[in-house]
Amino acid sequence: MSGHDHDHDHSHLSDTELRVRTLESLLTEKGYVDPDALNALIDTYEFKVGPRNGAKVVARAWTEPDYKNWLLTDATAAIAEMDFEGRQGEHMAVVENTAEIHNVVVCTLCSCYPWPVLGLPPVWYKSSPYRSRVVIDPRGVLEEFGTELSDDVEVRVWDSTSEMRYLVLPERPAGTDNLNAAELQELVTRDSMIGVRKALSANTEA
Amino acid sequence: MVDGVHDMGGMDGLGPLEVEENEPWFHAEWERRAFALTLAAGASGKWNLDKSRYERELMPGPDYLTTSYYEHWLYGLEQLLLEYGFVNEGELASGKTDPKQPKVVDARYLEGANVEKVLRKGGSVLREADLTPAFSEGEMVRVINRHPLSHTRAPRYTRGRQGMLDRVPGILVFPDSNAMGDGEQPHYCYSVRFSAAELWGQDADEKNFVYVDLWENYLENL
Repeated sequence: MSGHDHDHDHSHLSDTELRVRTLESLLTEKGYVDPDALNALIDTYEFKVGPRNGAKVVARAWTEPDYKNWLLTDATAAIAEMDFEGRQGEHMAVVENTAEIHNVVVCTLCSCYPWPVLGLPPVWYKSSPYRSRVVIDPRGVLEEFGTELSDDVEVRVWDSTSEMRYLVLPERPAGTDNLNAAELQELVTRDSMIGVRKALSANTEA
Repeated sequence: MVDGVHDMGGMDGLGPLEVEENEPWFHAEWERRAFALTLAAGASGKWNLDKSRYERELMPGPDYLTTSYYEHWLYGLEQLLLEYGFVNEGELASGKTDPKQPKVVDARYLEGANVEKVLRKGGSVLREADLTPAFSEGEMVRVINRHPLSHTRAPRYTRGRQGMLDRVPGILVFPDSNAMGDGEQPHYCYSVRFSAAELWGQDADEKNFVYVDLWENYLENL
Protein backbone atom coordinates (compact mmCIF):
# COMPACT_ATOMS: atom_id res chain seq x y z
CA MET A 1 0.00 0.00 0.00
CA SER A 2 2.72 2.43 0.94
CA GLY A 3 4.94 3.49 -1.91
CA HIS A 4 2.01 3.67 -4.29
CA ASP A 5 0.69 6.98 -3.09
CA HIS A 6 2.57 8.85 -5.80
CA ASP A 7 0.84 7.01 -8.59
CA HIS A 8 -2.77 5.95 -8.94
CA ASP A 9 -2.31 4.52 -12.42
CA HIS A 10 -4.15 1.17 -12.58
CA SER A 11 -1.06 -0.53 -13.92
CA HIS A 12 0.52 0.08 -10.54
CA LEU A 13 -2.26 -1.49 -8.51
CA SER A 14 -1.24 -4.47 -6.46
CA ASP A 15 -2.64 -7.88 -7.22
CA THR A 16 -4.85 -7.64 -4.15
CA GLU A 17 -6.23 -4.25 -5.14
CA LEU A 18 -7.00 -5.57 -8.61
CA ARG A 19 -8.80 -8.63 -7.24
CA VAL A 20 -11.01 -6.45 -5.05
CA ARG A 21 -11.81 -4.10 -7.94
CA THR A 22 -12.63 -7.04 -10.17
CA LEU A 23 -15.02 -8.51 -7.61
CA GLU A 24 -16.72 -5.19 -7.00
CA SER A 25 -17.25 -4.46 -10.68
CA LEU A 26 -18.48 -7.98 -11.45
CA LEU A 27 -20.91 -8.09 -8.52
CA THR A 28 -22.35 -4.65 -9.10
CA GLU A 29 -22.57 -5.10 -12.88
CA LYS A 30 -24.39 -8.41 -12.45
CA GLY A 31 -26.77 -6.79 -9.99
CA TYR A 32 -25.83 -8.92 -6.98
CA VAL A 33 -24.51 -6.04 -4.88
CA ASP A 34 -25.83 -2.50 -4.47
CA PRO A 35 -22.99 0.09 -4.58
CA ASP A 36 -25.00 2.16 -2.10
CA ALA A 37 -24.95 -0.77 0.31
CA LEU A 38 -21.15 -0.96 0.10
CA ASN A 39 -20.86 2.71 0.94
CA ALA A 40 -23.37 2.43 3.78
CA LEU A 41 -21.52 -0.55 5.26
CA ILE A 42 -18.17 1.25 5.15
CA ASP A 43 -19.69 4.44 6.55
CA THR A 44 -21.28 2.51 9.44
CA TYR A 45 -18.07 0.85 10.60
CA GLU A 46 -15.77 3.76 9.87
CA PHE A 47 -17.84 6.54 11.42
CA LYS A 48 -20.84 5.27 13.41
CA VAL A 49 -19.83 2.24 15.44
CA GLY A 50 -16.83 2.13 17.75
CA PRO A 51 -15.56 1.77 21.30
CA ARG A 52 -17.37 4.96 22.41
CA ASN A 53 -20.45 2.73 22.48
CA GLY A 54 -18.84 0.27 24.85
CA ALA A 55 -17.48 3.12 26.97
CA LYS A 56 -21.03 4.37 27.53
CA VAL A 57 -22.08 0.92 28.71
CA VAL A 58 -19.11 0.68 31.09
CA ALA A 59 -19.52 4.18 32.52
CA ARG A 60 -23.18 3.49 33.19
CA ALA A 61 -22.31 0.22 34.94
CA TRP A 62 -19.78 2.09 37.09
CA THR A 63 -22.36 4.64 38.18
CA GLU A 64 -25.59 2.59 38.37
CA PRO A 65 -25.36 -0.59 40.49
CA ASP A 66 -28.68 -1.93 39.19
CA TYR A 67 -27.54 -1.52 35.61
CA LYS A 68 -24.26 -3.26 36.40
CA ASN A 69 -26.11 -6.24 37.88
CA TRP A 70 -28.30 -6.43 34.79
CA LEU A 71 -25.25 -6.17 32.53
CA LEU A 72 -23.49 -9.02 34.30
CA THR A 73 -26.55 -11.29 34.25
CA ASP A 74 -28.16 -10.44 30.88
CA ALA A 75 -25.64 -8.44 28.87
CA THR A 76 -27.47 -8.73 25.56
CA ALA A 77 -30.61 -7.08 26.93
CA ALA A 78 -28.75 -4.52 29.04
CA ILE A 79 -26.63 -3.42 26.08
CA ALA A 80 -29.61 -3.38 23.70
CA GLU A 81 -31.30 -1.02 26.14
CA MET A 82 -28.46 1.41 25.39
CA ASP A 83 -29.38 0.98 21.71
CA PHE A 84 -26.33 -1.10 20.78
CA GLU A 85 -27.28 -4.37 19.15
CA GLY A 86 -27.13 -6.44 16.00
CA ARG A 87 -24.48 -8.02 13.88
CA GLN A 88 -21.64 -9.66 15.83
CA GLY A 89 -23.27 -8.61 19.08
CA GLU A 90 -26.35 -10.81 18.94
CA HIS A 91 -25.30 -12.71 22.06
CA MET A 92 -23.30 -10.72 24.61
CA ALA A 93 -21.60 -11.63 27.87
CA VAL A 94 -19.83 -9.13 30.13
CA VAL A 95 -17.05 -10.27 32.44
CA GLU A 96 -15.97 -8.06 35.33
CA ASN A 97 -12.41 -7.18 36.24
CA THR A 98 -11.79 -6.77 39.96
CA ALA A 99 -8.79 -6.51 42.25
CA GLU A 100 -8.71 -10.33 42.32
CA ILE A 101 -9.71 -11.30 38.75
CA HIS A 102 -8.49 -10.00 35.39
CA ASN A 103 -10.32 -11.01 32.20
CA VAL A 104 -8.98 -10.77 28.65
CA VAL A 105 -10.71 -11.73 25.38
CA VAL A 106 -9.41 -13.45 22.24
CA CYS A 107 -10.64 -15.46 19.29
CA THR A 108 -7.92 -18.03 18.61
CA LEU A 109 -9.72 -19.51 15.58
CA CYS A 110 -10.56 -16.32 13.68
CA SER A 111 -11.35 -12.77 14.84
CA CYS A 112 -14.71 -12.80 16.69
CA TYR A 113 -15.23 -9.46 18.40
CA PRO A 114 -18.27 -7.52 19.71
CA TRP A 115 -18.85 -5.09 16.82
CA PRO A 116 -21.84 -3.11 18.19
CA VAL A 117 -19.92 -2.01 21.29
CA LEU A 118 -16.31 -1.91 20.04
CA GLY A 119 -16.51 -1.55 16.26
CA LEU A 120 -14.16 -3.60 14.08
CA PRO A 121 -11.15 -5.23 15.76
CA PRO A 122 -7.65 -3.75 15.55
CA VAL A 123 -5.05 -5.57 13.45
CA TRP A 124 -3.18 -6.92 16.48
CA TYR A 125 -6.33 -8.62 17.80
CA LYS A 126 -6.66 -10.51 14.50
CA SER A 127 -2.95 -11.25 14.24
CA SER A 128 -1.27 -14.62 14.70
CA PRO A 129 0.99 -13.50 17.57
CA TYR A 130 -1.93 -12.36 19.75
CA ARG A 131 -4.25 -15.25 18.89
CA SER A 132 -1.57 -17.87 19.45
CA ARG A 133 0.04 -16.52 22.60
CA VAL A 134 -2.59 -14.92 24.81
CA VAL A 135 -4.14 -18.27 25.77
CA ILE A 136 -0.83 -19.81 26.86
CA ASP A 137 0.99 -16.73 28.17
CA PRO A 138 -1.61 -14.10 29.05
CA ARG A 139 0.60 -12.33 31.59
CA GLY A 140 3.44 -12.04 29.08
CA VAL A 141 1.12 -10.61 26.43
CA LEU A 142 -0.41 -8.17 28.91
CA GLU A 143 3.08 -6.99 29.89
CA GLU A 144 3.71 -6.12 26.25
CA PHE A 145 0.71 -3.79 26.53
CA GLY A 146 2.27 -2.32 29.66
CA THR A 147 -0.19 -4.09 31.93
CA GLU A 148 1.43 -5.56 35.01
CA LEU A 149 -0.65 -7.86 37.16
CA SER A 150 0.24 -8.99 40.63
CA ASP A 151 1.01 -12.73 40.94
CA ASP A 152 -2.05 -13.34 43.10
CA VAL A 153 -4.51 -12.00 40.51
CA GLU A 154 -6.44 -14.74 38.70
CA VAL A 155 -6.25 -14.33 34.92
CA ARG A 156 -9.19 -15.52 32.84
CA VAL A 157 -8.79 -15.71 29.07
CA TRP A 158 -12.04 -15.95 27.07
CA ASP A 159 -11.67 -17.71 23.72
CA SER A 160 -14.63 -16.63 21.56
CA THR A 161 -15.37 -19.96 19.88
CA SER A 162 -19.18 -19.56 19.72
CA GLU A 163 -21.32 -16.59 18.69
CA MET A 164 -21.19 -15.39 22.29
CA ARG A 165 -19.28 -12.10 22.26
CA TYR A 166 -17.36 -11.03 25.35
CA LEU A 167 -16.88 -7.51 26.69
CA VAL A 168 -14.66 -6.81 29.68
CA LEU A 169 -16.03 -4.48 32.34
CA PRO A 170 -12.79 -2.84 33.49
CA GLU A 171 -12.21 -1.86 37.09
CA ARG A 172 -13.27 1.67 37.88
CA PRO A 173 -10.08 3.65 38.48
CA ALA A 174 -9.38 4.94 41.96
CA GLY A 175 -10.02 8.59 42.69
CA THR A 176 -12.97 8.90 40.30
CA ASP A 177 -15.78 9.17 42.86
CA ASN A 178 -16.44 12.77 41.87
CA LEU A 179 -16.72 12.07 38.13
CA ASN A 180 -20.05 11.66 36.36
CA ALA A 181 -20.80 9.07 33.68
CA ALA A 182 -19.86 11.40 30.83
CA GLU A 183 -16.47 12.10 32.41
CA LEU A 184 -15.91 8.44 33.24
CA GLN A 185 -16.51 7.43 29.61
CA GLU A 186 -13.31 9.23 28.67
CA LEU A 187 -11.33 6.81 30.84
CA VAL A 188 -12.73 3.71 29.13
CA THR A 189 -10.54 2.66 26.21
CA ARG A 190 -11.06 -0.04 23.62
CA ASP A 191 -8.12 -1.99 25.04
CA SER A 192 -9.56 -1.90 28.55
CA MET A 193 -12.76 -3.53 27.22
CA ILE A 194 -10.73 -6.27 25.47
CA GLY A 195 -8.82 -6.65 28.72
CA VAL A 196 -5.26 -6.03 27.53
CA ARG A 197 -5.01 -2.77 29.48
CA LYS A 198 -6.74 -1.19 32.44
CA ALA A 199 -8.98 1.85 32.20
CA LEU A 200 -7.11 5.16 32.22
CA SER A 201 -6.49 6.66 35.63
CA ALA A 202 -8.27 9.87 36.54
CA ASN A 203 -5.19 12.05 36.19
CA THR A 204 -4.47 10.91 32.63
CA GLU A 205 -7.79 12.22 31.37
CA ALA A 206 -7.15 14.50 28.43
CA MET B 1 -8.70 -28.89 7.35
CA VAL B 2 -9.69 -28.81 10.94
CA ASP B 3 -6.09 -28.86 12.07
CA GLY B 4 -5.11 -25.96 9.85
CA VAL B 5 -2.88 -23.07 10.84
CA HIS B 6 -5.90 -20.91 11.74
CA ASP B 7 -6.24 -23.08 14.87
CA MET B 8 -3.20 -21.45 16.47
CA GLY B 9 -4.03 -21.14 20.16
CA GLY B 10 -0.94 -22.04 22.23
CA MET B 11 1.61 -21.88 19.40
CA ASP B 12 4.79 -19.89 19.67
CA GLY B 13 7.09 -18.31 17.10
CA LEU B 14 4.48 -16.53 14.99
CA GLY B 15 6.27 -13.22 15.23
CA PRO B 16 6.24 -10.21 17.51
CA LEU B 17 3.03 -8.62 18.70
CA GLU B 18 2.81 -5.29 16.87
CA VAL B 19 0.40 -2.75 18.31
CA GLU B 20 -0.31 0.36 16.26
CA GLU B 21 -1.39 3.31 18.38
CA ASN B 22 -4.30 5.34 17.00
CA GLU B 23 -4.86 2.70 14.38
CA PRO B 24 -7.23 3.68 11.53
CA TRP B 25 -10.32 1.52 10.91
CA PHE B 26 -8.95 0.54 7.52
CA HIS B 27 -5.40 0.74 6.17
CA ALA B 28 -6.24 0.99 2.47
CA GLU B 29 -9.21 1.58 0.23
CA TRP B 30 -9.22 -2.06 -0.91
CA GLU B 31 -9.70 -3.14 2.72
CA ARG B 32 -12.86 -1.03 2.94
CA ARG B 33 -14.17 -2.54 -0.29
CA ALA B 34 -13.22 -6.14 0.61
CA PHE B 35 -14.93 -5.76 3.99
CA ALA B 36 -18.12 -4.28 2.53
CA LEU B 37 -18.24 -6.75 -0.37
CA THR B 38 -18.01 -9.65 2.08
CA LEU B 39 -20.97 -8.36 4.10
CA ALA B 40 -23.04 -7.36 1.07
CA ALA B 41 -22.47 -10.68 -0.73
CA GLY B 42 -23.14 -12.56 2.51
CA ALA B 43 -26.51 -10.84 2.66
CA SER B 44 -27.46 -12.86 -0.45
CA GLY B 45 -28.39 -15.59 2.02
CA LYS B 46 -26.68 -18.26 -0.07
CA TRP B 47 -24.21 -19.19 2.68
CA ASN B 48 -23.99 -18.74 6.42
CA LEU B 49 -21.30 -17.29 8.68
CA ASP B 50 -19.95 -20.73 9.59
CA LYS B 51 -19.50 -21.55 5.92
CA SER B 52 -17.64 -18.29 5.29
CA ARG B 53 -15.34 -18.96 8.25
CA TYR B 54 -14.69 -22.44 6.88
CA GLU B 55 -13.74 -21.03 3.47
CA ARG B 56 -11.16 -18.75 5.07
CA GLU B 57 -9.75 -21.72 6.98
CA LEU B 58 -9.24 -23.51 3.68
CA MET B 59 -6.70 -20.90 2.59
CA PRO B 60 -3.35 -22.71 2.23
CA GLY B 61 -1.40 -22.41 5.48
CA PRO B 62 1.70 -20.66 4.12
CA ASP B 63 -0.55 -18.01 2.51
CA TYR B 64 -2.70 -17.65 5.63
CA LEU B 65 0.33 -16.89 7.77
CA THR B 66 1.85 -14.36 5.39
CA THR B 67 -1.21 -12.33 4.42
CA SER B 68 -3.33 -9.79 6.24
CA TYR B 69 -6.74 -10.45 7.69
CA TYR B 70 -8.68 -8.78 4.88
CA GLU B 71 -6.71 -10.88 2.41
CA HIS B 72 -8.12 -13.93 4.21
CA TRP B 73 -11.57 -12.43 3.77
CA LEU B 74 -10.93 -11.73 0.10
CA TYR B 75 -9.76 -15.30 -0.48
CA GLY B 76 -12.83 -16.69 1.29
CA LEU B 77 -15.18 -14.41 -0.61
CA GLU B 78 -13.75 -15.40 -4.00
CA GLN B 79 -14.12 -19.07 -3.15
CA LEU B 80 -17.73 -18.61 -2.02
CA LEU B 81 -18.66 -16.61 -5.11
CA LEU B 82 -17.15 -19.29 -7.34
CA GLU B 83 -18.79 -22.15 -5.45
CA TYR B 84 -22.25 -20.59 -5.54
CA GLY B 85 -21.97 -19.47 -9.18
CA PHE B 86 -21.95 -15.70 -8.69
CA VAL B 87 -18.81 -15.57 -10.82
CA ASN B 88 -16.66 -18.05 -12.72
CA GLU B 89 -12.89 -18.40 -12.99
CA GLY B 90 -12.80 -16.70 -16.37
CA GLU B 91 -14.63 -13.67 -15.03
CA LEU B 92 -12.26 -13.38 -12.09
CA ALA B 93 -9.29 -13.57 -14.44
CA SER B 94 -10.61 -11.15 -17.07
CA GLY B 95 -12.75 -8.85 -14.95
CA LYS B 96 -15.40 -9.06 -17.68
CA THR B 97 -18.83 -10.60 -17.21
CA ASP B 98 -19.41 -13.85 -19.05
CA PRO B 99 -22.90 -13.92 -20.61
CA LYS B 100 -22.86 -17.74 -20.46
CA GLN B 101 -22.57 -17.78 -16.64
CA PRO B 102 -26.10 -18.57 -15.34
CA LYS B 103 -27.77 -16.03 -13.06
CA VAL B 104 -27.93 -17.07 -9.41
CA VAL B 105 -31.59 -17.46 -8.50
CA ASP B 106 -33.15 -16.30 -5.24
CA ALA B 107 -30.11 -14.34 -4.09
CA ARG B 108 -31.31 -11.64 -1.70
CA TYR B 109 -30.23 -8.13 -2.60
CA LEU B 110 -29.15 -5.80 0.19
CA GLU B 111 -30.19 -2.27 -0.72
CA GLY B 112 -28.22 0.63 0.66
CA ALA B 113 -31.34 1.97 2.34
CA ASN B 114 -31.74 -1.29 4.29
CA VAL B 115 -28.17 -1.63 5.57
CA GLU B 116 -28.82 -0.06 8.96
CA LYS B 117 -31.91 -2.19 9.57
CA VAL B 118 -30.18 -5.42 8.52
CA LEU B 119 -27.10 -4.77 10.67
CA ARG B 120 -29.26 -3.90 13.66
CA LYS B 121 -31.25 -7.11 13.27
CA GLY B 122 -28.11 -9.26 13.04
CA GLY B 123 -28.45 -13.01 12.95
CA SER B 124 -29.30 -14.75 16.20
CA VAL B 125 -28.05 -18.34 16.49
CA LEU B 126 -30.08 -19.02 19.62
CA ARG B 127 -32.72 -21.69 18.91
CA GLU B 128 -35.71 -23.12 20.73
CA ALA B 129 -35.55 -26.89 21.01
CA ASP B 130 -36.95 -29.51 23.34
CA LEU B 131 -33.60 -30.65 24.69
CA THR B 132 -32.27 -31.41 28.15
CA PRO B 133 -28.67 -30.39 28.83
CA ALA B 134 -26.45 -33.43 29.38
CA PHE B 135 -24.15 -31.50 31.74
CA SER B 136 -24.76 -29.03 34.52
CA GLU B 137 -22.86 -26.09 35.96
CA GLY B 138 -19.91 -27.08 38.12
CA GLU B 139 -19.55 -30.51 36.50
CA MET B 140 -16.19 -31.68 35.14
CA VAL B 141 -16.23 -32.61 31.44
CA ARG B 142 -13.64 -33.69 28.89
CA VAL B 143 -13.32 -32.52 25.29
CA ILE B 144 -13.45 -35.54 23.02
CA ASN B 145 -10.16 -35.98 21.16
CA ARG B 146 -11.57 -35.75 17.67
CA HIS B 147 -9.89 -34.42 14.52
CA PRO B 148 -12.59 -34.08 11.85
CA LEU B 149 -11.52 -33.07 8.35
CA SER B 150 -14.25 -30.44 8.33
CA HIS B 151 -15.11 -27.23 10.17
CA THR B 152 -15.14 -27.26 13.95
CA ARG B 153 -15.00 -24.73 16.79
CA ALA B 154 -13.29 -27.00 19.29
CA PRO B 155 -9.76 -25.61 19.33
CA ARG B 156 -6.99 -28.20 19.10
CA TYR B 157 -5.53 -27.12 22.44
CA THR B 158 -8.71 -28.21 24.27
CA ARG B 159 -9.00 -31.72 22.82
CA GLY B 160 -8.60 -34.48 25.36
CA ARG B 161 -8.49 -31.87 28.13
CA GLN B 162 -10.87 -31.62 31.03
CA GLY B 163 -12.49 -28.53 32.45
CA MET B 164 -15.30 -27.38 34.66
CA LEU B 165 -18.61 -26.44 33.11
CA ASP B 166 -18.97 -22.80 34.04
CA ARG B 167 -22.18 -21.60 32.44
CA VAL B 168 -24.70 -22.50 29.77
CA PRO B 169 -25.10 -19.85 27.05
CA GLY B 170 -28.02 -21.82 25.56
CA ILE B 171 -29.09 -23.90 22.60
CA LEU B 172 -27.07 -22.60 19.65
CA VAL B 173 -26.72 -23.48 15.98
CA PHE B 174 -23.93 -26.08 15.62
CA PRO B 175 -21.17 -24.60 13.43
CA ASP B 176 -19.69 -27.99 12.52
CA SER B 177 -22.84 -29.05 10.68
CA ASN B 178 -23.98 -25.60 9.60
CA ALA B 179 -20.70 -24.86 7.80
CA MET B 180 -20.82 -28.13 5.90
CA GLY B 181 -24.38 -27.84 4.57
CA ASP B 182 -25.69 -30.40 7.06
CA GLY B 183 -28.20 -28.08 8.72
CA GLU B 184 -28.22 -26.13 11.95
CA GLN B 185 -28.49 -29.11 14.34
CA PRO B 186 -28.85 -26.75 17.33
CA HIS B 187 -27.91 -28.10 20.73
CA TYR B 188 -26.54 -26.97 24.06
CA CYS B 189 -23.36 -24.93 24.14
CA TYR B 190 -21.43 -24.47 27.39
CA SER B 191 -18.67 -22.22 28.62
CA VAL B 192 -15.97 -24.52 30.02
CA ARG B 193 -13.22 -23.35 32.38
CA PHE B 194 -9.81 -24.99 31.92
CA SER B 195 -6.85 -24.55 34.24
CA ALA B 196 -3.63 -23.50 32.54
CA ALA B 197 -1.92 -26.59 34.00
CA GLU B 198 -4.49 -28.88 32.30
CA LEU B 199 -3.93 -27.18 28.94
CA TRP B 200 -0.26 -26.27 29.02
CA GLY B 201 1.38 -28.61 31.51
CA GLN B 202 2.45 -28.70 35.10
CA ASP B 203 4.71 -25.65 34.94
CA ALA B 204 1.86 -23.36 33.90
CA ASP B 205 0.77 -20.51 36.17
CA GLU B 206 -1.77 -21.89 38.64
CA LYS B 207 -3.65 -18.58 38.63
CA ASN B 208 -4.37 -18.69 34.88
CA PHE B 209 -7.57 -20.09 33.35
CA VAL B 210 -8.98 -20.28 29.83
CA TYR B 211 -12.72 -20.27 29.13
CA VAL B 212 -13.93 -21.83 25.88
CA ASP B 213 -17.46 -22.12 24.50
CA LEU B 214 -17.99 -25.75 23.54
CA TRP B 215 -21.00 -27.61 22.18
CA GLU B 216 -22.32 -30.72 23.87
CA ASN B 217 -21.24 -32.85 20.89
CA TYR B 218 -17.62 -31.96 21.68
CA LEU B 219 -17.85 -33.11 25.30
CA GLU B 220 -17.95 -36.32 27.31
CA ASN B 221 -18.30 -37.24 30.98
CA LEU B 222 -15.17 -38.03 32.91
